[in-house]
Amino acid sequence: MEKMNDTIAAIATALSDSGIGIVRISGDQALEIADSILRNKNGKKFVCSAKSHTIHYGFVVDGKEEQKSMKILDEVMVSVFRAPKSYTKEDVVEINCHGGVLVTKKVLELVLHAGARLAEPGEFTKRAFFNGRIDLAEAEAVMDLIHSKNELALKASTAQLRGDLSDKIRSMREEILYEIAFIESALDDPEHISLDGYQDRLKEKCDQLIKEVQRLLDTAENGKMIKEGISTVILGKPNAGKSSLLNMILGQERAIVTDIAGTTRDALEEYVNLQGIHLNVIDTAGIRDTEDVVEKIGVEKAKKYATDADLILYVVDTSVELDENDREILSMIGDKKTIFLLNKSDLEQKVREKDILALLNQRNLPDDQDGFIDSNSDLVESSKERLISMISTSAAFGKGLEELEVEIEKLFFQGDIKQNDQIMITNLRHKEELGNVLSSLLLVKQSLEDGMPEDFYSIDLMQAYASLGNILGEEVGDDLVEEIFSKFCMGK
Amino acid sequence: MSEIREKVDVCVVGAGHAGCEAALACARLGLETVIFTISVDSIALMPCNPNVGGSSKGHLVRELDALGGEMGKNIDKTFIQSKMLNVSKGPAVHSLRAQADKAEYSRAMRKVLESQEHLTIKQAEVCELLWEEIPDHLSNCKDNNENDCVVNTQINDEDHRNIQENDQNESYQNESYQEENHLLGFEKKVIGVKTFTGAVYECRAVILCTGTYLRARCLCGEAITYTGPNGLQAATHLTESLKNMGIELRRFKTGTPARMDGRTIDYSKMEEQFGDERIVPFSFSTDPESVQKEQASCWLTYTNQATHDIIRANLDRSPIYAGIIEGTGPRYCPSIEDKVVKFAEKERHQVFLEPEGLHTHEMYVGGMSSSLPEDVQLAMYRTVPGLEHCKIVRNAYAIEYDCINAKQLYPSLEFKKIKGLFAGGQFNGSSGYEEAACQGLVAGINAAMELLGREFLVMDRSESYIGVLIDDLVTKDNREPYRMMTSRAEYRLLLRQDNADRRLRKKGYEIGLISEEEYQDLLCKEKLIELEISRLKDTKVGANKEIQSFLERHDSMSLKTAASLAELICRPELDYEKIEEIDAGRVEAYAGYCSMENVRSKYLTADGKLSKEIIDQVEIEIKYEGYIVRQKRQVEQYKKLEKKMIPADLNYDEVPSLRLEARQKLKEFRPVSLGQASRISGVSPADVSVLHIYLERHKNN
Repeated sequence: MEKMNDTIAAIATALSDSGIGIVRISGDQALEIADSILRNKNGKKFVCSAKSHTIHYGFVVDGKEEQKSMKILDEVMVSVFRAPKSYTKEDVVEINCHGGVLVTKKVLELVLHAGARLAEPGEFTKRAFFNGRIDLAEAEAVMDLIHSKNELALKASTAQLRGDLSDKIRSMREEILYEIAFIESALDDPEHISLDGYQDRLKEKCDQLIKEVQRLLDTAENGKMIKEGISTVILGKPNAGKSSLLNMILGQERAIVTDIAGTTRDALEEYVNLQGIHLNVIDTAGIRDTEDVVEKIGVEKAKKYATDADLILYVVDTSVELDENDREILSMIGDKKTIFLLNKSDLEQKVREKDILALLNQRNLPDDQDGFIDSNSDLVESSKERLISMISTSAAFGKGLEELEVEIEKLFFQGDIKQNDQIMITNLRHKEELGNVLSSLLLVKQSLEDGMPEDFYSIDLMQAYASLGNILGEEVGDDLVEEIFSKFCMGK
Repeated sequence: MSEIREKVDVCVVGAGHAGCEAALACARLGLETVIFTISVDSIALMPCNPNVGGSSKGHLVRELDALGGEMGKNIDKTFIQSKMLNVSKGPAVHSLRAQADKAEYSRAMRKVLESQEHLTIKQAEVCELLWEEIPDHLSNCKDNNENDCVVNTQINDEDHRNIQENDQNESYQNESYQEENHLLGFEKKVIGVKTFTGAVYECRAVILCTGTYLRARCLCGEAITYTGPNGLQAATHLTESLKNMGIELRRFKTGTPARMDGRTIDYSKMEEQFGDERIVPFSFSTDPESVQKEQASCWLTYTNQATHDIIRANLDRSPIYAGIIEGTGPRYCPSIEDKVVKFAEKERHQVFLEPEGLHTHEMYVGGMSSSLPEDVQLAMYRTVPGLEHCKIVRNAYAIEYDCINAKQLYPSLEFKKIKGLFAGGQFNGSSGYEEAACQGLVAGINAAMELLGREFLVMDRSESYIGVLIDDLVTKDNREPYRMMTSRAEYRLLLRQDNADRRLRKKGYEIGLISEEEYQDLLCKEKLIELEISRLKDTKVGANKEIQSFLERHDSMSLKTAASLAELICRPELDYEKIEEIDAGRVEAYAGYCSMENVRSKYLTADGKLSKEIIDQVEIEIKYEGYIVRQKRQVEQYKKLEKKMIPADLNYDEVPSLRLEARQKLKEFRPVSLGQASRISGVSPADVSVLHIYLERHKNN
């Protein structure tokens, strides 16, 4: 059974041919274990007697001292951090190895042999969290960092690790707590604390907080896509070239491509990295009114995927006239971000951009919305809305891929995310909690508008406070611990 | 030397508000009980303010009544003015307060005690507790072999074995988890008490309700007397005995203002404060009609700059500010010196003149408690409008006394290390009659439950203010006398004073302190509330002319489609009473019920009208449904950790990664659940997570 106080070790740097590889040891036995495999230039142990936050020159040795079989494995620099002033708040020793990947691995083996246990992924961080050095949001940022799939995600995680998000949440929490405390003290000491005119002040405060939470939530969409990838669904009529498009994006033959319409009967999912943006691409069965049972299921599935998608790539076969099936697809698109790929640009063109626009305009949008294109608008106008764009491609010949990458970037990031330092919500749990905060604050506003007595405000203010606390792990709910369990792969 | 030796079930030490409730509960549950008091004339004495209830304290009394306590009934018999406070605010903070005729209150309670079967009143000072070690308690099972430990303790504890054998009830077996936990921590067992005269009373449980009498010291400026409140004899010996048992004591302080001769007060310079027109009784068992009577008035006046100047000029003569008082006083019941220092910017503070009774001229000066010297007091009081020529009957004074840090108690109010020893009231570090009475009742009930081998009464923070009170006392490091406040209850929309019976009467009935008659009453009330709510939810009104014009008249939005009456009641501008004219079925709805058995005329009149109590419940539940639902969700969340129990024998040294401070605190408090652990100051959420994870992992081992 894993114990929290045993000593763990792992290679803390990426296993690449970089100059230095670091083996990190943390726990009660860290100093002793390090001492057992390290010697200074006089052949003496030095780690246990080293002061905290010092770095030492030495050698990793292998073999038994008594049998004089000891040999030098690597020339290293050794950093010593004594509890509690270390990353994990435990004794930590870091051995900077210079001998390349194989030697670093060998050093780790020696450390494990000397009594340390191989750390689980994220276990140093887990200890830092449980020992109270970092809060849950920061711990999660580390976990995200470890699992981050691309550069942007890395950036967001680093910002969170710096505590930007925690600071923001904490300051909102303090503001809410102030209001709760004020209301409560007024209830208990009405003689000295008056609530006259307080309603207006609280309303203002709510508006401000709602704005701040909304701003954070707005980043969550991008944040999620950055961390988990943009959920992309390829739609189109049968044989429009969807699978060819997928293969083009992937740069490999993944989907079976034939001339036979309806070849892709189920959805295929692939991960691809375009310009540092991560896409989860789902190829779907072609949309058509069909009697084939299997194909029908595929079509239903495609519809479902489209509902959940962040981005739709609509492949239009420009060599075939638009028909009822295209109408069907357009209705599935709704107001999603969509790129129309006018495929088969090498063949005779029976469909042009204006035909699609015309069809789009005929479409009735739900809820009496005006839609993203009003009757007078043209493509330029709609591009400004950043909701749709059109490019012509020929998947069969690999034409238009670059253009597609540019369009995706434009549609989603418009360049603003890449350089800025804004706090971004990349964690689904954080997003959900922020959503709860938002609805609680809206309920407070509702109570204010309904003219409810002041003791009612604190019910929802309290909830908002608790939800924010959940993000930091400062509210001890049972669910939260369950969450921590799953995050750190705990259990037996 | 020969001495008196008696054998009883329970000894209650002290006959104040806690002691009376504790003794009555035990005796009513059939246990032979003796209640000791230094003076029989001081039973249920109110040495400070002449009222019962008030913000959040009113809740406590109604809860106590719902469980079968006496305070609510007693004040209903003896009040001289009654008022529902905070009616302009939400229903959660409405709170009842009644002015008492102090002498009558005391006399009435004494009569109840005297007429109680199985209860003996004894005027004597208890000087010593008698106890014995429990062999094989936890400290002897260092090898941490849990099973052996449990078996040993059980064999060595006859009572517990009897309990286990006698109880066939399966649900008890589950609940006995806590009981067993308890047992594991006990080191000693109380077996009796000894009085100053040497009499010995053997017993199986002792309930300490010593109030402010333990090594009491009264201070009035530089004048110090070693007496209890009102010049009564202090209890000077028991402290030593408690210390010998390993109980840690500390010193708290509280104070009371002066009493004036009412004939020297000029009321014409004050605002008269009347009672409510329609009086709501405290007790759910009191017939509301029986309490509608003529009421006495209170009077409101204010301090001013001159008052404050005198206080400031003489602060050095205040024992607190001069450092003579060592005990910690309550922040929330501050002396006038404290208020002047703390709220320096305030130009004036409220002063209430309240009658001490109908047969005395003495008036209590609420809001001006003080420990300043006599000459300063008189000068200070005489600056207040209406008090220019006042004469003081009794001086204001501060009182210091020994009490415990209640972290030594389980939520059952039993000492963690001493089986059979319970404590309630000011001795536990609280302040206030109501707080005391509630603890006394719970301590009494639980002492009885232990002796009868039944399940303890432990209420959590979502069930009652009493639950909040006791949880705070046994969990938090209180550094001053604990006073109940509205803000202490997190789930107060559910813990209203108006629904205390619906929350707790059933518990009282199961314990045996609520009669069959009273319980049937509750069932009838519940039924009618339920019926009326569903009727209002099911009755739809259409968007017709009549309805629209009704809505228009009340500045309410017109209807687009049909709506239920409940939906209309939800609108802020409408209520149950207002919609009567569009609720044609209201009267006929219950016409058939009046004659039915079990339907009480107090809730349903002969012409089919529901009583105000029913209507209030219906209206609150409908109008605030959304809030109630959300609060209930918060409660669910809270309950999850409350249900995760921590074994009493958990060795915190073996839980890895706990921070040092948390480890110390946990060892000190030994919380019964993760929920309680999370509320101990110095235990962080991360520590709770560590503990949670540790418990989860060891659950199956």
